[in-house]
Amino acid sequence: MAETILEMKDITKTFPGVRALSNVNLNVRRGEIHAIVGENGAGKSTLMKVLSGVYPIGSYSGEILYEGKECRFGGIHDSEKLGIVIIHQELALVPLLSIAENIFLGNEQARFGVIDWNSVRKRSAELLRKVGLHEDPDTLITNIGTGKQQLVEIAKALSKEVKLLILDEPTASLSEKDSHALLDLLAEFRRQGMTAILISHKLNEVKKIADRVTVIRDGQTIETMDKDDVTEDRIITSMVGRTMEDRYPSRDAKVGDIIFEVKNWSVYHPLHTDRQVIKNISLNVRKGEVVGIAGLMGAGRTEFAMSVFGRTYGTNVTGEVFLHGKPADTSTVGKAVANGLAYATEDRKVYGLNLIDHIKHNVTIANLPAVASRTGVIDDMSELKAANEYRKKTNIRSSSVYQITGNLSGGNQQKVVLSKWLFSDPEVLILDEPTRGIDVGAKYEVYTIINKLAEEGKAIIVISSEMPELLGICDRIYVLNEGRIVGELAARDASQEKIMRAIVRGEERAAS
Amino acid sequence: MSTETAAPITNAAKASAQQALKENLRQYGLVLALIAIMLFFAYMTNGILFLPVNLTNVVLQNSYIIVMALGMLLVIVAGHIDLSVGSVAGFIGAVAAVLMVDYNFNPFLAGLAGIAVGAMIGGAQGYFIAYMKIPSFIVTLSGMLVFKGLLLWLLGGRSVGPFPTEFQMLSAGFIPDVIGKLTIVAPQLNAAGNPMPNTGIVLHSTTMVIGILIVAAMLYVALKSRRNRESHGYEAEPFALFVAKNALMGAIILYLMYKFASYKGLPNVLIVMGVLIALFVFITKRMTFGRRIFAMGGNEKAAKLSGIQTERLTFFVFVIMGMLAALAGLIYAARLNQATPKAGAGMELDVIAAVFVGGASAMGGVGEVAGAVIGAFIMGVMNNGMGLMGINIDWQQVIKGLVLLGAVAFDLYNKRKA
Repeated sequence: MAETILEMKDITKTFPGVRALSNVNLNVRRGEIHAIVGENGAGKSTLMKVLSGVYPIGSYSGEILYEGKECRFGGIHDSEKLGIVIIHQELALVPLLSIAENIFLGNEQARFGVIDWNSVRKRSAELLRKVGLHEDPDTLITNIGTGKQQLVEIAKALSKEVKLLILDEPTASLSEKDSHALLDLLAEFRRQGMTAILISHKLNEVKKIADRVTVIRDGQTIETMDKDDVTEDRIITSMVGRTMEDRYPSRDAKVGDIIFEVKNWSVYHPLHTDRQVIKNISLNVRKGEVVGIAGLMGAGRTEFAMSVFGRTYGTNVTGEVFLHGKPADTSTVGKAVANGLAYATEDRKVYGLNLIDHIKHNVTIANLPAVASRTGVIDDMSELKAANEYRKKTNIRSSSVYQITGNLSGGNQQKVVLSKWLFSDPEVLILDEPTRGIDVGAKYEVYTIINKLAEEGKAIIVISSEMPELLGICDRIYVLNEGRIVGELAARDASQEKIMRAIVRGEERAAS
Repeated sequence: MSTETAAPITNAAKASAQQALKENLRQYGLVLALIAIMLFFAYMTNGILFLPVNLTNVVLQNSYIIVMALGMLLVIVAGHIDLSVGSVAGFIGAVAAVLMVDYNFNPFLAGLAGIAVGAMIGGAQGYFIAYMKIPSFIVTLSGMLVFKGLLLWLLGGRSVGPFPTEFQMLSAGFIPDVIGKLTIVAPQLNAAGNPMPNTGIVLHSTTMVIGILIVAAMLYVALKSRRNRESHGYEAEPFALFVAKNALMGAIILYLMYKFASYKGLPNVLIVMGVLIALFVFITKRMTFGRRIFAMGGNEKAAKLSGIQTERLTFFVFVIMGMLAALAGLIYAARLNQATPKAGAGMELDVIAAVFVGGASAMGGVGEVAGAVIGAFIMGVMNNGMGLMGINIDWQQVIKGLVLLGAVAFDLYNKRKA
């Protein structure tokens, strides 16, 4: 049995009014990949912030032993000195600086404040080789994809001579392919003796790579299990405190006539106007139907949805939109909403919510006229009533509708976004990655809401990178690749393999 | 799926009462700060600050700042800034002056023309900010230079005035006492048989009646909205807090009205201000237009994807700002009874300071009309008090600067703690 490298004992951390962690214990062995799983708001990120010194000594109680010595971190610098490096969920890269500059940000290769560019380039090239990223160190961060940016973060961590690497949801925004590459890289580092703590929502990943798994629920350690004992069911049971027979609620699909149809839709990139992002897409959705759009990162799914929804993406948009067989104008967000369209964005923090305002105001903002007089005077009571109704309907967990949305967990934020669009009373709902970064329990709730909407006769499009999810909740799946539809499958005949095959075939066709 | 629900709900009632108190403290913290500052200066000036004539002066001296602060609040909440308001105010004052004095325009028409020009100036700047996407800092910095220049060109180095009496009344006038004077304590008479100043209590009774009506209306609205909440089954704030809050506000209003009534009554400009303040409170709290400004300032991308036409909204915010800057320019000119080449210089800084002292966020999305107004009064009372104390203008600037920094630092500290 390997020796213990890190031990956290009886960690308790309170925020005003909330006990985020109570007596959490964590034991990590040298050279292992230790996964921490738990629902959103369970306290995983808080625990890691305690460990990395973001919350300094004194702001929590309990003990941290690293390599047998008690640690009293006053800040991130102290923990980094010992080789503990955390990579946060939201990447901390400066977009308009180069890869090399980002790797050595705050740790510049300089003498007397003068940067030694030769050494910077040489060392970055080395680090990039280690993480398997084939990019010029002078490339700007903004010009590489999220998957590669994640690798740059890891290179940055390596530059600090990391011994214990903490990754907070590293694959949350990566495509399946990039996720695999990242996990392989972690396995490689493990072979070289590095210890890693991996926070993840994706149970298949955890199962694939972790040596041990610790489950945290409501700020408490529930259990730590060895690799051989790990099953998805057991993790889920520990996480939610009950068994979950089915991760997808069942539904009797009553599919009616075609409500929504897009024909020959083409879109060009807003900056590189000669690049065609969406190539002649046609699709339709029926009443009461849930239609999925599968595809890899960069396939053009979000771009398609946003260009349809008020031309919020792209230039030189051509094609037609039909509602109930009649041509519909969706050329501005206002017209799209008036025509019964709703689009819940992929990134709820940047595009979905006003994080400094409370739930009530966020729920009604897309349809204020519904709670206002014709002269534009808001009726406070009917607004409050509406907000409360949707809070209940989507099961938002908050003290009241006056809670600031920035303080809600990811799952509850997503429910606020859903509420906002449900309140606009749409016929056609486009949900872009509706369960990204939210825990299994909240996912189940989101699926239930989707089912209920379908039963009410709405037409629903779900864009998702998680194939099991699409297979679990959709009636029909379109497969998108490089801006083209490369497959259309009935969900009951579809499988992950079939979807992947469609994508690969599409790639071959594009290449030939 | 209710594993998490139990805990928060049992504590909800207690938590919401605590929260109500906390929120109110922050909101009324500003009022308390203003009262504390007033009491401090009253003490330092042996009560001169609270003399009716001085309180009236404080209102007159700050009216144009407050008028502009209303527009600036919208601008800052929308996530922008307007550095041009001082220059625009000075320029519009000059435009109206030239129209009245050189071209014999009717004062009312000249005022309207000034406000129309202000709207156009705001629209022009708003166009560049909203549709051309040029940062407001740059556009309005240009505006500041342009209109300062145009002011100098228009006046050609002279001061233009005096104005017709009707125009002066905008700043110098008081509402007529339609009910008649109410003598409570007869003033002493001097040898010539005329009343001596600062003796006796003779009230401008129309002012008192208006004050009582305002307090009554305030209480009625507060009670009605409380009833309304309760009748819909929503908990209202604790009754004791409700009473304390309204009693305090009512007492302050009546006290101030009493002070005005024992001088010459309500200044006309205070009526204009009062109506505008009420209008802007209504716009920001109750109208979709105001709500959308807050949504846009909080997260412009999300607002846009919610169907809000952010460009148009920004454009109109600057049009409103232009109109208010114009009105402020008219008030300022009327107060001096002439348009001068230096009019409006540096005013934008006082206006912006008032809004930030009043709790608005420089990042946009946060701010309150009442806060901006109280912020303006805090700065105004400090000006007035320090002037009365005979503190030099150099140190006045230093102290005002530190108060601005301190107020914002204190506010941020509080928010972080919460």
